[in-house]
This record gives sequence, C-alpha cells and structure tokens, in this order.
Amino acid sequence: MSKILVIAEVAGAKLRKTTLSAITFARNSGLPFDLLVVGHNVGAAAEDLRADGAGVVKVADDASLANYVAEAFTPTVAEAAKGYAVVAVTASSFGKDLAPRVAVRLGAGLASDISAVEASGGALTYRRPMYAGNANAKMQITTAVQVVSARQSEFAAAAPSGGASPVEKVAVVANPLAGRVEFLGFDEVKSARPDLAEAGTVVAGGRSLKSADGFKTVLEPLVDVFGAAMGASRAAVDAGYVPNDLQVGQTGKVVAPKLYIAVGISGAIQHVAGMKNSKVIVAINKDPEAPIFQLADYGLVADLFKAVPELTDAVKKVRAEG
Amino acid sequence: MKILVSLKRTADPDNANKIKIGAGGAKIETTGLEPKANPFDEYAVEASLRLIENGQTKARNAGDKLTVVSFGPKETATSIRQALAMGADDGLLYVTDDESLDGDLVARSLAKVVEAQKPDLVILGKQAVDGDSNQVGQALAELLQWPSATFAMSVELSADKKTAIVGREVDGGVVKLKLTLPAVITVDLRIVSPKSVVNHVTPATFNYADGARFTPLPMIIKAKTKPIVEAPIASLGVDVALKSKYVEFALPPARKGGVKVKDVAELVEKLRSEAKVL
Repeated sequence: MSKILVIAEVAGAKLRKTTLSAITFARNSGLPFDLLVVGHNVGAAAEDLRADGAGVVKVADDASLANYVAEAFTPTVAEAAKGYAVVAVTASSFGKDLAPRVAVRLGAGLASDISAVEASGGALTYRRPMYAGNANAKMQITTAVQVVSARQSEFAAAAPSGGASPVEKVAVVANPLAGRVEFLGFDEVKSARPDLAEAGTVVAGGRSLKSADGFKTVLEPLVDVFGAAMGASRAAVDAGYVPNDLQVGQTGKVVAPKLYIAVGISGAIQHVAGMKNSKVIVAINKDPEAPIFQLADYGLVADLFKAVPELTDAVKKVRAEG
Repeated sequence: MKILVSLKRTADPDNANKIKIGAGGAKIETTGLEPKANPFDEYAVEASLRLIENGQTKARNAGDKLTVVSFGPKETATSIRQALAMGADDGLLYVTDDESLDGDLVARSLAKVVEAQKPDLVILGKQAVDGDSNQVGQALAELLQWPSATFAMSVELSADKKTAIVGREVDGGVVKLKLTLPAVITVDLRIVSPKSVVNHVTPATFNYADGARFTPLPMIIKAKTKPIVEAPIASLGVDVALKSKYVEFALPPARKGGVKVKDVAELVEKLRSEAKVL
C-alpha cells in the first residue's frame, strides 16, 4: 500500500512547528504515513513526534547533520524515502530548499507550495496557487514517486492523535559534496515576538512608516499591545527599514492569522498574495484609493502617525478592562 | 570566470490580478499583460555583472563572461536583449511553448547547457513570479552534483575566484555557506543592495545603486549587435516528457471588501463587538 514519508524540520536539534503542517497534509491525503527526523542529537525531537499518528518515526542522527545543508541532507532523505509513494515536507525555507533536490534524486515530480490535496481513485490531486495567488491550479504528478511541499498557512498544525509510534534508526548516507560546501554559521534574528508564520495576529508596516525608526517608535508599540508578530511590505524591506525575514508576500512569508493589520501598506499584488487569507483584515492608510481597502474588512483612512498611537492606546485600554 | 544566468519571460507581475482563466479552466490567459523578465532573474543578471566588473570604473574583469539562457517562445529574445543591454555578453534561446515546460524539464535542459558551456557559476532567480515553484536552481544543482546556495542575499567571491561565501536568507535569520566553484546560486531580493556583492575588484568603499541597473541608450543600441543563438529545445537531447500535469485552473474566490470606519474609536468598537478579535 502506498505510504507517505513526512520529513520533519529541526533547528538546533529542536523540532520546528512547521513539521506539524506537513503531518496535516499527510492526514488530509488519507494515506498512512511515517516520519523522518534528520539531524544531530534529535532523539527528543523524535520523541515529540511519537503521538502524531505515524506508523514509524525514523531517525537519521549524525554529527555531519548538525546543521542543515541541502547537499548533506538529500542523500540520507532520498535513501530513507525508498519504497514510499510520496515524500512530504512543509514549504518553509528548509522545505523549499530541500524538496527539489530530493525529487531529482528520486526521479520524482514535485508539487511545490501546495495549498490543498484531494484523494480520488487512488490518485492525489494537488491545488497550488500561482501568479501570486491570482490563480489556483489543480495539478497531478505523473511519476510513480511524488515529492510535495505544503504551504504552512494552508495546513493547520496537526494536534497529537495519541498512540506511541515506534522509533527506528535509519542509515546516514555520506554527503558526496562534503568537500565543496561548508556551513559557516547561522546569524539568528532573535525576537521575543511570536513567529510570523504562526502568530494569531500580525501587524505589518509599509514604506509610509518612512524609516526604521518609524517601525520602532510607531508600529512596534501596536505590535506588542496585541502580542502580535511584526510583518512588512516588500517596499519597506527594500527600503531597508526592516529585515527581509519579516516580509509578507508572494516572495516572502505567506500568513493567514485571525487578525491582520496593514499599516501604511498600499496593497500591491505581491503583498496581497501573502495575507489575503487572513480572517479579519484591517487597513490604515491615508490614501482612500489604496487597493488594500478593496479587501480590508475594516478600513481607516487616516494619517498613520496619528491613528496608530491612538489605536495602541485604545487597545491598551480595552485590554486593561479585560 | 564564466557565469550563466537563466532568465524567464513572465507576464507583468504587477498586474497579475488581471489574468483570466480560459474556457473550462483549461488555461491561464495573460493576454494584455506586458511580458517582462522575471524580476528575480533580472536581479541574477545584476548580481552576475557585479561579480565580473569593477563597479567603480565599470571595466569588465579580463576573461570574465556572462551568458544568458532562456527557454520559451521566440518572443523571449526581447527579454534576453534587455539583459544584453544591462551588460551580458551573449544569449541562448531554446525555443518551445511555455505550456510544454515545467521546472523539472527546465532544470534538465539547463544541465545540458551547463555541460556544453562549462560555466563556473550558474545564477538564477529564486523563483519565477508566474509559476511560483521555486525549484529550478535546487534541481539543477542536484542534477549536476554541484553545491548550491538558495535565497542568496550576499555573495563574496574569493580573490582567486575558486570559492564563494553566500549569505542565505532563511526562516529566522541568515545562514552563511562557503561553496567551492563550480556552483549554483539562486538570488533573493537583497542581492541588489549597495554592498551585497563583493568580488575583491570593486573598491570596498564603492556603493552600487539599489536594484537592477538602468540601461542607457548606447547600451541598448550595443545590445542589438550581441549574438543570441536560437535553437529548438529538442536540440539539447532531453526527454521532453513532463513530470507534472495541470488539470484545471480557476480564479481564487474573491474576498468581499468591508467597510470604512470613520475613526479609531469606531475601529476598536467594530473589532470588539463585530469581529470579536479584541
């Protein structure tokens, strides 16, 4: 019977929550699945996955896999994937980097960044957004083995389903390119705020904030009063106000929080692609013709430098009243 | 040093909301949308030029060369011509319909081109803004068994041009990888920041203008004399069977616009009592 192998994502030996979206993909496809954890000292991460309904939790643990490098992970993942019909991973920067290499190694077709899966007559049909989410395509993979990366915002994090999947060690395959690629380091952007892709509320700023200082002094207090993640438009990232890591859009992060507040963001197509599936959208912009108002549930035409501090105070008050 | 950039012609991404779906969901219609080079590929051209020139004097480093390759309809030559006007030396166009391509076939075709051209670096955009697949660079590297660095925001080429240190923008920060050439790099937005490319020829004090360079008229005229070699994709000897099959296209459900509120007080009231998110 055909089975899915779900690739877990670990960072610093800890399981990343992104993994739970790929598990949801596997559950939605209706096929039985196993999990594969690749890394070093990842025993605890594997342990964390035992109650998620996998047949087996496979572990490839080796010092050479301590830091993710595509060239090092690909041979081990491809070896473990032998005999599976589908290899699935969440389309985080990890999954997007790894999946195409694994697909080539397996001679498999790739369905990347999919938003839904349908099973009928033994075949899987995938839905994937194209053209910055302005079209949805239904597609199939014609090869016997298929590799899939699943969009995190479209596959809710899987809740544990109980049970205790057995843990099994699998072989580590040496990296044939070990001498030609070297991991030098990871410069982590430390933030006390929730992760953009996982936050219930996202407050995002655009170029109208005018400077890095505008983000700091005007936007951040609003972000923090909501306990939200901070996001930004590509224009604000291009202008150097905030790191690219915060970019919401077609070429940045795709988010779907309960509440999305767009501040000084006009609503360019590529930004909308990253946030239009948010449940409630609020837009604050002084241009009444800004396209963002066409999709905002609540639009406020106002000067953000006045309205945002006012909103911050008002929310603070509401929160204080409980 | 020889660099190969692959460039895709896409429908104007700034008007992607004007695409239509053909009868019965069979096809995406981009009629009326101006074809443009994929913006990330344009950045790949810019990054490549910064690697092979002295940014200050604009002199090309002796022996360095930039070739642009495309797969697509004949009209793609226009987009290649733009890259030649930016400073690329020559172009290759493997002619086929867009519908006859998928990321896997492009990667396998590119691998053949690499075998023939023998570049030291292949630089690509991290994704094409129409298909949004984000796969060709990674797949190419695996086919060639070359090291790769995706989502590059910085590249520092060593003085001996044998290695490159690449900053990759990933979830939560920046990973630095050192690659031994030949290698594949896919570029992200910030690769065109003023100091994101270092080649130890351009003075450290020099700042590039943000973004891809403008092409002055003399360069556009000069580009008309640069060679673009056209050949059918079949001439590469690749199996043109696709591994993916698109069965139907549809427009996404439209989001209903909401209301305008008159002030912050009304906004807070709506968020509380109507949306219940406060």
